[in-house]
Amino acid sequence: MNILSLFVIIPLIMMAVIFCINGENKKLIRSVMTIGGVALLAVSVITTIEYFKEHGADPTAAFYLQEQFMWYERFNIRYAVGIDGVSVAMLLLSSIIVLTGAIISYAIENKAKEYYLWFLMLSVGVYGFFISIDLFTMFIFYEVALIPMYLLIGLWGSGKKEYSAMKLTLMLMGGSAFLMMGIFGIYFNSVPEGCDPTFKLDEIAAHVTMLRQNSSDVDTSLIDWEYIFFPLTFIGFGVLGAMFPFHTWSPDGHASAPTAVSMLHAGVLMKLGGYGCFRVAMYLMPDAANDLAWIFIILTGISVVYGAFSACVQTDLKYINAYSSVSHCGLVLFALLMMNKTAMTGAILQMVSHGLMTALFFALIGIIYGKTHTRDIREMGGLMKIIPVLSVCYVIAGLASLGLPGLSGFVAEMTIFVGAFQNADTFHRVFVIFGCTSIVITAVYILRVVGKMLFGPIQNEHHKDITDANLYEKIAVFTLIAAIAAVGIRPLELSDMIKDGVNVISTILAK
Amino acid sequence: MEQLANLAPFVLLLPLCMFLVLGLFGNKMAHKTAGLLGTAVFGVTSVICYYIAINYFFSGNFQNGGTFEAVELFNMEWLRMTDTLCIHIGFLLDPLSAIMLIVISTVSLMVHIYSMGYMKEHDGTYDGGLQRFYAVLSLFSFAMLGLVIATNIFQMYIFWELVGVSSFLLISYYYYKPSAVRAAKKAFIVTRFADMFFLIGILILSYYTGTFDFDKLTLVNEGHVEIVNSTMRDITFCGFPIISIAVFLIFLGGAGKSAMFPLHIWLPDAMEGPTPASALIHAATMVVAGVYLVARLFPVYHFEAPHVLEIIAYIGAFTSIFAAIIACAQTDIKRVLAFSTISQIAYMMVALGVSGYGEAEGLGYTASIWHLFTHAMFKALLFMGAGAIIHAVHSNEMDDMGNLRKRMPITHITFLIACLAIAGIPPFSGFFSKDEILVAALENNKIAFAVEYFVAGLTAFYMFRLYYRIFWFGEPKDGYKHEPHEQSLVMTFPLMFLAGVTVISGICWMFGLLPFTHLISSDFTNYDIHTHWNVALPSIGAGVIGILIATFLFLEKTGRPNKAVSYFKRPYKWAVKKFYIDEVYLYVTNNIIFKRICQPIAWFDRHVIDGFMDLLAWITNKSSEEIKEVQSGYVQQYAWVFIIGVITIVICAI
Repeated sequence: MNILSLFVIIPLIMMAVIFCINGENKKLIRSVMTIGGVALLAVSVITTIEYFKEHGADPTAAFYLQEQFMWYERFNIRYAVGIDGVSVAMLLLSSIIVLTGAIISYAIENKAKEYYLWFLMLSVGVYGFFISIDLFTMFIFYEVALIPMYLLIGLWGSGKKEYSAMKLTLMLMGGSAFLMMGIFGIYFNSVPEGCDPTFKLDEIAAHVTMLRQNSSDVDTSLIDWEYIFFPLTFIGFGVLGAMFPFHTWSPDGHASAPTAVSMLHAGVLMKLGGYGCFRVAMYLMPDAANDLAWIFIILTGISVVYGAFSACVQTDLKYINAYSSVSHCGLVLFALLMMNKTAMTGAILQMVSHGLMTALFFALIGIIYGKTHTRDIREMGGLMKIIPVLSVCYVIAGLASLGLPGLSGFVAEMTIFVGAFQNADTFHRVFVIFGCTSIVITAVYILRVVGKMLFGPIQNEHHKDITDANLYEKIAVFTLIAAIAAVGIRPLELSDMIKDGVNVISTILAK
Repeated sequence: MEQLANLAPFVLLLPLCMFLVLGLFGNKMAHKTAGLLGTAVFGVTSVICYYIAINYFFSGNFQNGGTFEAVELFNMEWLRMTDTLCIHIGFLLDPLSAIMLIVISTVSLMVHIYSMGYMKEHDGTYDGGLQRFYAVLSLFSFAMLGLVIATNIFQMYIFWELVGVSSFLLISYYYYKPSAVRAAKKAFIVTRFADMFFLIGILILSYYTGTFDFDKLTLVNEGHVEIVNSTMRDITFCGFPIISIAVFLIFLGGAGKSAMFPLHIWLPDAMEGPTPASALIHAATMVVAGVYLVARLFPVYHFEAPHVLEIIAYIGAFTSIFAAIIACAQTDIKRVLAFSTISQIAYMMVALGVSGYGEAEGLGYTASIWHLFTHAMFKALLFMGAGAIIHAVHSNEMDDMGNLRKRMPITHITFLIACLAIAGIPPFSGFFSKDEILVAALENNKIAFAVEYFVAGLTAFYMFRLYYRIFWFGEPKDGYKHEPHEQSLVMTFPLMFLAGVTVISGICWMFGLLPFTHLISSDFTNYDIHTHWNVALPSIGAGVIGILIATFLFLEKTGRPNKAVSYFKRPYKWAVKKFYIDEVYLYVTNNIIFKRICQPIAWFDRHVIDGFMDLLAWITNKSSEEIKEVQSGYVQQYAWVFIIGVITIVICAI
């Protein structure tokens, strides 16, 4: 039994335990969640250590800590897990967010047991997706992660929750329909003569390389399938990565979702999109990726600036943050498409960074909303005086988001820009400079919120006697801030680890 | 060397630790403890800075035949970007950074001390956020020190952003005041806008040269910068050499921080912050970062982009006269000082713009850095003096002041010294640094010289207008509510100290005790110069004329100022309104960016993009609504369809 499977097994055990607990006993459920969350974090730390050990022994392998067994022999479907530097980063990110999300969810009173069950289901999907290296397993976990979203938003959400839940689910399902076509397209076409079709990523990649070598001097049409299935796969994952124009589920979905679900969704689930684009679309279809990148560079470049501009005029905190996510996640895909090691490392760093800070944002918004009962920034003001701890945390989150050095956002953005700038042609240059403008626009909408909501005179008399964060909330929020600062102050190891993971794919793309 | 290397990390670590300690645990401390702790720790940092700088200049270990050598005291890897580009955090010690260490630690220490008095309320208690104030002050000191000791341009950018945010936090110190919040936002966004160009400049420069490191970028070899080879010179974009574009963009970053026209609009508003913060950040240290940046990359500008240097000179010249004119019409004393700061920094920029490279050719360079030094001292002094006055009369407006010379003698004398220094009257330090700038300008750029010469007179005029309005002129209209009195020693000591520096550094120069040209020059090689009386005498003349006019108008309360204004009605109004630049910006941001870009995009997103998605859902819904009629459950209907179907098929078959 491999340590990686623990990521799926622990949440499943937690689900079983919580299932057996009486729903009235919320205290017990919460402690199970916390213990499980800590255990998952511990497992990810151990995995990281294991990864470094294995990587030290063999720095060139595509995946480490591999394990597989057959599910369905006829179609060569396997349960296959393995990690590289990128997935280790994602696992650490997920564990931090699952743990803090579980702690923030203490505030849920209504049907807490069911809530946590679905929450764990979501975690199973997320973890499973990051550890699998078999397309089919990956897809299954992907779907497992999406379904609970509907119920979590529809039942525990606020505002137009049914509408938002339906919209989010339908759009993401639409994405996964594309994705399924893409996956089967890859499966059936990546078969050189004398080989069996396979779902396992590294095997497919090897097959594709063989196909490329065979076809390079004879007939290029043999790999034309890539040009059909790359866009399908990229868009399929891109929907989840909030790529323009498929991002509109994000503002409504986030606005209606309960706090911890927003955290998990923006923090981790949206990363599935970027990760999938990287791991499936670009890894397995390098030729199409290189040739069609320009289309998606335009779309994601628009996302980056468009999301930021939209965020400038929103008045609902969650909408602001959702559009900001569109902008930041756009930058992830944008950087991936720059096709070089530095930019792609930056993209993964941006996923980690955005995951942490957006989770922090949503946690804070949730807590503040619970106290002020409004998310409209026009109805709030001078909160700094009333709830200083939460306000300072919000300012820190904002500064991370606008890329202050010493916090994670800066490291990611700068790696992206430096990397992206290594492409010397005018098209890339123009879009990189276009993307750079987002650092100014981000400052505008972040400072607008800070100035309106936290600073200034107190707007609403009723807000005068609200209380600051309680202990649990503080623990969750401080953990996230600590992680953001850690990445921001000492990025070298993380960045090198990610770079090792990216290396395999960027080498294939460079060929 | 080793000893210095061991001490060097503390220059950054001490203020950083202080920031963390005060930021995290400050609210558990008494106000006084926080203030004393912050000051004491920064005192230690200053001692280290002095020790390093003095050791560097005078021990002789770092000098080689009259040339100072640049050394890296430490340089650790922070982030590896590409195979060649790597960000280090390090400590570059050369004459430029050593001078900056002295400037920053002196002013910052004085501000730390001063704030303990200034931030006190009148009933002797402190404002609730004093710990926060000292925490951010420490953060700022950390960032500013990190900026000047940067070994590479990306480290500089990192700390550049950090000083920007500490400036934001200090301007918004009184966060419950909407005007302070607005000013803080404006300062941050305007400088951020400039930083974007800085970043793009760094990207271009680093892509073509393959390095971030200053020692590689500024290595001069036989009349050009070694790293820029001839193929690089041939790369052009829109007809401009790519390196020129890069360094021009980098200059724009500096122009944002150093408040060059048209990016100067944030600095006057930044005066909403507490006065000590204004003295430190918005007068002496952060705002000269742009000058420092250009000085740091000076060989690149000089050899690879001489036209950019020329543009810098013109931008500087224009800004200096522009700001000086506005300063003549302002009535808020801090704003007068703010515009004066803009004008003086522009002076430094001009000096760099007209400078050559190497020994006496590089006089402008030396003069610029020296003016940076002297200006930091006397401008911090002016701000702190203004703070003492504001503290005494509870107002920023000139109309609420007057006749304070007897009531606040120490403030009066020190303020007068600073005014004389900035007006360029010997033997005060400002005279000598300004004089060298004019000499350099006369040699290389006659237009800049003419402008700066005029500005010298204008400076004397508006500074003495300020001085007379505060200390002479007669009581304010309604008298004083509380009798103003001299401040405590905590506040007057920094004033006296800085006044001492202003006098002594001037006298040292005059008698050749410590010629600045032996400390810093464009190629770090010593050279000797003499006071050029042919330039100095007319410039003293200009200063004296400015002072005399101010004396004539403002020594006593008369109708003369109003009469003078009536001669220049239109220009005066424009100067009061700061030439409507703020209004232009307001129009662009509100009416164009906000209303014409952001709102339409948000509308488009909600109604067109999202509307399309909703439309898809609606179509699906509607069509299934329509189709469901087919599944009615009536057997007769099914039978009909069945029979019609059969008949159709049969007919088709036949």
